[in-house]
Amino acid sequence: MFQKTIAELIIDLQNKSISSVELTQAYLDRIQNIDQNYNSYITITPELALQQAKQADTRIAAGNADPLTGIPIAQKDIFCTNGVKTTCGSKMLDNFIAPYDATVIEKFNQAGAVTLGKTNMDEFAMGSSNETSFYGAVKNPWNVKTVPGGSSGGSAAAVAARLAPAATGTDTGGSIRQPAALCNLTGLKPTYGRVSRFGMIAFASSLDQAGPMAKTAEDAAIMMNTMAGFDPKDSTCSDQAVPDYTANLNNSLKGLKIGLPKEFFEKGMDENVAKVIEEAINTYKKAGAEIVDISLPNSGLSVPSYYVVAPAEASSNLSRFDGVRYGYRCENPVDLEDLYKRSRGEGFGEEVKRRIMIGTYALSVGFYDAYYLKAQKVRRLISDDFKKAFEQVDVIMGPTTPTTAFNIGEKSNDPVTMYLSDIYTIAVNLAGLPGMSIPAGFANNMPVGLQLIGNYFDESRLLNAAHQYQQITNWHKKTPAGEE
Amino acid sequence: MEWEVVIGLEIHAQLATKSKIFSGASTAYGAQPNTQACAIDLGLPGVLPVVNKEAVAMGAKFGLAIGANVSKHSIFDRKNYFYPDSPKGYQTSQLYYPIVETGHIDIELEDGKIKTVGITRAHLEEDAGKSLHENYNGMTGIDLNRAGTPLLEIVSEPDLRSAKEAVAYMKKIHSLVQYLEICDGNMQEGSFRCDANVSVRPKGQEEFGTRAEIKNINSFRFVERAINHEIERQIELIEDGGTVIQETRLYDSDKDETRSMRSKEEANDYRYFPCPDLLPIILDDEFLDSIKKTLPELPEAKKARFIKEYNLKSIDADILTSQKDLSIFYEAVIKCANGNAKICANWMLGEVNAALNKNELSIAESPISPEQLGGLIQRISDNTISGKIAKTVFEAMWNGEGSADEVIEKKGLKQVTDTGLIEKVIDEIMANNQGQVEQFRSGKEQVLGFFVGQTMKATQGKANPQQVNALLIKKLKG
Repeated sequence: MFQKTIAELIIDLQNKSISSVELTQAYLDRIQNIDQNYNSYITITPELALQQAKQADTRIAAGNADPLTGIPIAQKDIFCTNGVKTTCGSKMLDNFIAPYDATVIEKFNQAGAVTLGKTNMDEFAMGSSNETSFYGAVKNPWNVKTVPGGSSGGSAAAVAARLAPAATGTDTGGSIRQPAALCNLTGLKPTYGRVSRFGMIAFASSLDQAGPMAKTAEDAAIMMNTMAGFDPKDSTCSDQAVPDYTANLNNSLKGLKIGLPKEFFEKGMDENVAKVIEEAINTYKKAGAEIVDISLPNSGLSVPSYYVVAPAEASSNLSRFDGVRYGYRCENPVDLEDLYKRSRGEGFGEEVKRRIMIGTYALSVGFYDAYYLKAQKVRRLISDDFKKAFEQVDVIMGPTTPTTAFNIGEKSNDPVTMYLSDIYTIAVNLAGLPGMSIPAGFANNMPVGLQLIGNYFDESRLLNAAHQYQQITNWHKKTPAGEE
Repeated sequence: MEWEVVIGLEIHAQLATKSKIFSGASTAYGAQPNTQACAIDLGLPGVLPVVNKEAVAMGAKFGLAIGANVSKHSIFDRKNYFYPDSPKGYQTSQLYYPIVETGHIDIELEDGKIKTVGITRAHLEEDAGKSLHENYNGMTGIDLNRAGTPLLEIVSEPDLRSAKEAVAYMKKIHSLVQYLEICDGNMQEGSFRCDANVSVRPKGQEEFGTRAEIKNINSFRFVERAINHEIERQIELIEDGGTVIQETRLYDSDKDETRSMRSKEEANDYRYFPCPDLLPIILDDEFLDSIKKTLPELPEAKKARFIKEYNLKSIDADILTSQKDLSIFYEAVIKCANGNAKICANWMLGEVNAALNKNELSIAESPISPEQLGGLIQRISDNTISGKIAKTVFEAMWNGEGSADEVIEKKGLKQVTDTGLIEKVIDEIMANNQGQVEQFRSGKEQVLGFFVGQTMKATQGKANPQQVNALLIKKLKG
């Protein structure tokens, strides 16, 4: 049962071979029994889940179910969930019970989905390994000595360890795609503005985007049908019509023009990862796709510009965590300054503080032009590169990550090396494009992700290309040893 | 040494929208603390702002009204600083691309000269909450009801040269925003307040002196006093060999002094950058034209019309158009009085103005309606009552005793125009005052006043004064 996709569970629920309450209880029990091995959840919400499951069963019986009615989902702990502790992986919000639902949560609720709990994550989504969480590192189910990736590492580990059929993630510089790659999942970061950011605790507002993390492209498409759409509460949310993402999954790959940016294949990539990616591209070729060599000349500038823009926005976004109205407050502050300094000093972890410092510096008088404005200009160049590329090709492909999952502790004291693990994903966020990672094989016995990048609002084509690949390969069906 | 004063004002006008600039919470004044602060105003994790279109329209309206350049592409920036009443740790404002770019406005000085004051910019921003320091056992209470209230900050060039000019400019803007119905102008409630940048320099010197900024002044009187006090302080300081330092000062109206809040060294680096949660405000010609169509007749145009149409003196027209409500009231009175704009103006500037001042009321709070006042003026015009009796009627109306006609009727104040009756009274008075009659007849014509007084007294002021005069002269001259 735990190997089943959402698409399969929908059929089971519809023909009543299982009830949502049974399914939900089974997942809750499984989480209870084995999540201590992975630490993928921060909060489990059994009461809420069973209540939602019960309502879902009523709705299914009444014949007015949505596709996701009764399907258990794990929610990244970045989404405010009414009445539920919402921590964003931080001590700062360890005592924060959200008084409202994020739009994403609201949409899943309306669809009748069941919330199993809130998944672990890097603190305030800042990290690529899930080691910065106040709630401890998450372990990769494929090898518990390694990281699951981040920041949506809890969501990735939960789905990989079959502790949820699917989960939500958010992606600011690769936080859906990189953990999906490291945990053998299908993850989609939609076009910036496709999914509402309302109620999603902000890291870098101009880059953050929520998306699905699932076993298959089809499941991701089903989730996108619920998640995507205009939200009047988010000014940056697009009002472009939402297609049925499942409608075009079966289009043929014949004639699909795939661009391979030479910069993604030049250096830095693990040899064995490179082989897997090469093989995956070959598979597309055999299926009738046309391969085009392209160039994204400014992509090398994406990491440095990202590490100006994202921390700059974060330094401002995280100012509200001041110990005044909610969240962590230091004990016995002697005055206002002491309250601020100690609440923030004690409430935030090292990586968050590092990024606040970088961002504050980048926005300071005398440095703003040299850093923030310059980075924004580079961002424009990176977008223009993609724009040109999409005049020639339909989809861009390459590796999601330069290596497979690294060991816990391996990079945690070397932030720059850690930042480079997002080297292939970051440019996509800077340009605001949709990007996916899909299971493409194994290197060193660990999963490798193939990245698919699409044009603006072209998620359907990405999902189609991913789904077709999953019709002719079985990598996405592989399960970590012991969790089959 | 002779000193020249240089002043620039930053006026904060609270825009009269029903809801806040980035949330749907109400902007109404005076609610219980934190009852008008929603998740967005509280700066909860995850919330996002959505701009209030009405606030944008009001900002554009101001720009169009002063003939300034209204930007078709303005951008909200974040001004980052920590303070307990700033719930997000930043204020959303407009630094680099404000909605209103350079413009200017004319003010009339005391000597009647017109001075043009440059307006650097006007931009949209959100107000902060309030820190309450009383009654919390040494702790501070935070009320976020005001957080997110839309403000238009109107920044002048350093063109003002005295406290009086600053007040004239502030009054002009105060009047304008009320005409435009974009701000209620209520200064007690803080809907209209200003910061004053003040410096002095030796007369003839081109370079500006170092300025001090006096924060949050909320009355015309305080603006004048605070600026004058600051000018004195700076001149004294320099003449004693000191130097003015750039700093923010606070005006204490109780002690009538300014004192230092923070110096330039302690000033925040606000780390402005474009707010990534909001899109640029894009305005097109169609939108601006639609706003232009809603522009009312503005004070200057109205003043010119009053002078021409009602034959008023410039100074009278100026006062009557200084507040929109007053000008509307005045024109309503004219209508109810069936004409005679001049008499109406005299009543407005005389009795009405005096009574309002005495009772510290605004025209909107006047207990007498334009209909009542117009009715009274009608009764003067048609000789039902004399001007003197009219004051009695006015007082009665002010005290809520009804319309002019009701008061006249009830108190029997109708003017006596019956010649026979007046003659009878005069005859009696003349009979009782033979000495004065003799005096008059021997050429001491001033005695007439005595007889007029006696006659009016005998008729309780109700006799028609013109008739009394004419009859007396006729009879006295024998």
